Amino acid sequence: MALLQISEPGMSTAPHQHRLAVGIDLGTTNSLVASVRNGVAVVLNDEDGRALLPSVVHYQADQTVTVGYAALALQSADPHNTLVSIKRFMGRGLADIVDAASFPYQFVDAPGMVQLKTCAGVKSPVAVSADILRVLRDRAERSLGGELVGAVITVPAYFDDAQRQATKDAAKFAGLNVLRLLNEPTAAAIAYGLDNASEGVYAVFDLGGGTFDISILRLSQGVFEVLATNGDAALGGDDFDHRIYCWVLEQAKFPILTAGDTRLLLTKARAAKETLTDHTQVNISALLASGEMINLELTTAIFNEITASLVNKTLSPTRKALRDAGLTVEDVKGVVMVGGSTRMPRIQSAVAEFFQQAPLTNLDPDKVVALGAAIQANVLAGNRAADDWLLLDVIPLSLGIETMGGLAEKIIPRNTTIPAGRAQEFTTYKDGQTAMSIHLVQGERELVSDCRSLAKFELRGIPPMVAGAARIRVTFQVDADGLLSVSAEELKSGVQATIVVKPAYGLSDDDITKMLKSSNENASLDMQLRALQEARVEAQRLIDAIHSALAENGDSLLSDAEIQQINAEITQLQSYIAADNHRVIIDATEALNQTTSNFAAKRMDNSVKQVLAGQRIDTL
Amino acid sequence: MALDFHQNHFELFGLTPRYELDNAALDATFRSLQNQVHPDKFAHLSDAEKRVSMQWSTRVNEAYQTLKSPLNRAIYLLQLHGIEALAQTNTQLPMAFLMQQIDWREAIQDAQQAADMTALQQVEADVATHGKRWREQLLTQLDQQQDWRAATDNVRQLKFIEKIMSEIDDAYAAMDV
Repeated sequence: MALLQISEPGMSTAPHQHRLAVGIDLGTTNSLVASVRNGVAVVLNDEDGRALLPSVVHYQADQTVTVGYAALALQSADPHNTLVSIKRFMGRGLADIVDAASFPYQFVDAPGMVQLKTCAGVKSPVAVSADILRVLRDRAERSLGGELVGAVITVPAYFDDAQRQATKDAAKFAGLNVLRLLNEPTAAAIAYGLDNASEGVYAVFDLGGGTFDISILRLSQGVFEVLATNGDAALGGDDFDHRIYCWVLEQAKFPILTAGDTRLLLTKARAAKETLTDHTQVNISALLASGEMINLELTTAIFNEITASLVNKTLSPTRKALRDAGLTVEDVKGVVMVGGSTRMPRIQSAVAEFFQQAPLTNLDPDKVVALGAAIQANVLAGNRAADDWLLLDVIPLSLGIETMGGLAEKIIPRNTTIPAGRAQEFTTYKDGQTAMSIHLVQGERELVSDCRSLAKFELRGIPPMVAGAARIRVTFQVDADGLLSVSAEELKSGVQATIVVKPAYGLSDDDITKMLKSSNENASLDMQLRALQEARVEAQRLIDAIHSALAENGDSLLSDAEIQQINAEITQLQSYIAADNHRVIIDATEALNQTTSNFAAKRMDNSVKQVLAGQRIDTL
Repeated sequence: MALDFHQNHFELFGLTPRYELDNAALDATFRSLQNQVHPDKFAHLSDAEKRVSMQWSTRVNEAYQTLKSPLNRAIYLLQLHGIEALAQTNTQLPMAFLMQQIDWREAIQDAQQAADMTALQQVEADVATHGKRWREQLLTQLDQQQDWRAATDNVRQLKFIEKIMSEIDDAYAAMDV
């Protein structure tokens, strides 16, 4: 006779219920969503069985939004309102886009980030990316049959803080709970490493549609340790297309082009590049709006010649990454190829020549990043004992502050393992000074003007003292997503200066709220329901987490009174969950978080102690 | 032994504070510690647990970076003995070393201007040999003789070596167009 299963009081009825989590590769050219099903990572296809979603969004005046293949088909007919390669503009100002003239868009220079004018209004790259993410989220929820607990979104390893923040904002805007921003080459390494159970040093060469990353990793006893990363956040397959496009214009003696012609020729250029993957020559023919006919033969030899400098641009960061890792080519056991652009034979031969070995291409270079992200999402969502492997990633670019004379002083150097923190002390240089301003930058150059400005903020409320007497400790913290936060304190008086880091590029939380509101103006009821639903999910997640923590070591770490207090708050919160005021649920959730923070600290101390105790026994 | 956030780096890793170090043991402890505290292990838990995890993981990373690098380890050991080896007031260096340093800088510049990779590699090898010898001396000065004065001078020379190595890196990067 089967035994009846009865759950522990307070435990959710299905404690080991599979939490739905996905990995999303938000690419320049294509995007994908993948998930772990029955222990295997799979890419989730659309209703027509297609894995890739072209990262193309078309806007109509009546606010209809079309994403993917249908939008791709509209790009030559309606180039201004069909946005492609939007990833290149994430976290970027107009001044950053050197080839702005070659895009058929109407750019709007905005203080936060460049915006694009469409017939449906001015769109920020964040909003456009959110439209792509929303389609993937819907696909996943339909395919998996439930609401997602969270998502891992991949970003190029060489993305800076502004680009990462913009990506996270887009995901929030699309209603996704971001479990982690994961570097694309690292995601690929997970997919490969777990497949091949390999140990040793690997290089991941990731050339996508618009970005290039090179990461050097060491795989050892279940630890993926990124030793160094380098790259170029504005180098990818698009640039190869562009070289062909320029060659066509030159050969055709620079005809006058409409925006539609530009788009058409860029599309033809990409098709020609793809054909050259398995052919030695390709015909490019196009009928321009003026009636002029273009008909040209492009050979592999010409293609290699006009793109030679682009190939070289990938090798220089590769050498730098190896040097930063303190390794040579001989130390590299395998080279993993990621990104559709690594299909180009010239790229494969250049990489093989550089590393003196044939690169690994046994996983589909278009899918490997999404698969790795899905595997990581499954672990982060708490679906399996998380001690199988550990991922240690790094910050790609040095973080620094502006000092006297416009020089950048590095606070956290590139390739530091994250999470990373650093405290720095500052003082006043005038008597009675009560405020000071701090300028944060990211980059490797010595001059602030050559680095990327991340944020400028002011410390106020410093008690008046003689010059040099105040001691202001500013703490910089880079979290596991590679995102920076800053806090400050005046040490003599204990005044905690409040800082709001206003991103130079990127959105503040206020902006996101505004965007969410405006997109939901016609659906405010819907929005309230959604807010309530989210608050309930969040509260329940916390209760579940505390229950399992209490079951594990509540008795050994807490007094009876403390346990009673926590249980009382849980009961209270549960009654709020049953009611329908989302604000009250959020406040009670936060209060319960506060109450249990001491317990969390004790639990951590306890597990650290166990590591050391175990280690001492091992070394006896 | 009490375990808390204010332990020194050696205590955190369960090591005796000395310069000589078993790198394999350090790596192994680093991995076990991160396996317990890393934010990836807490992504599905409460905000309070996530916060504590980030603080601890940051702390473990910082300690590991300091202990892993021989120079940083030496600077840290001297700090534990109340000596700020790199303080601004500590600027005396032997004349012979200063001359050596000028020679190296000139050689790097010459190599870069002539785009002479072999010459740059020669300077690099020479600098590395000096660095290695001084690090070996640190072992005696810190662990056996407890001669903090000599160790401090040595540390400051090694700090210059580190700077010159990064200039060599820049020269390689500049030649790599």
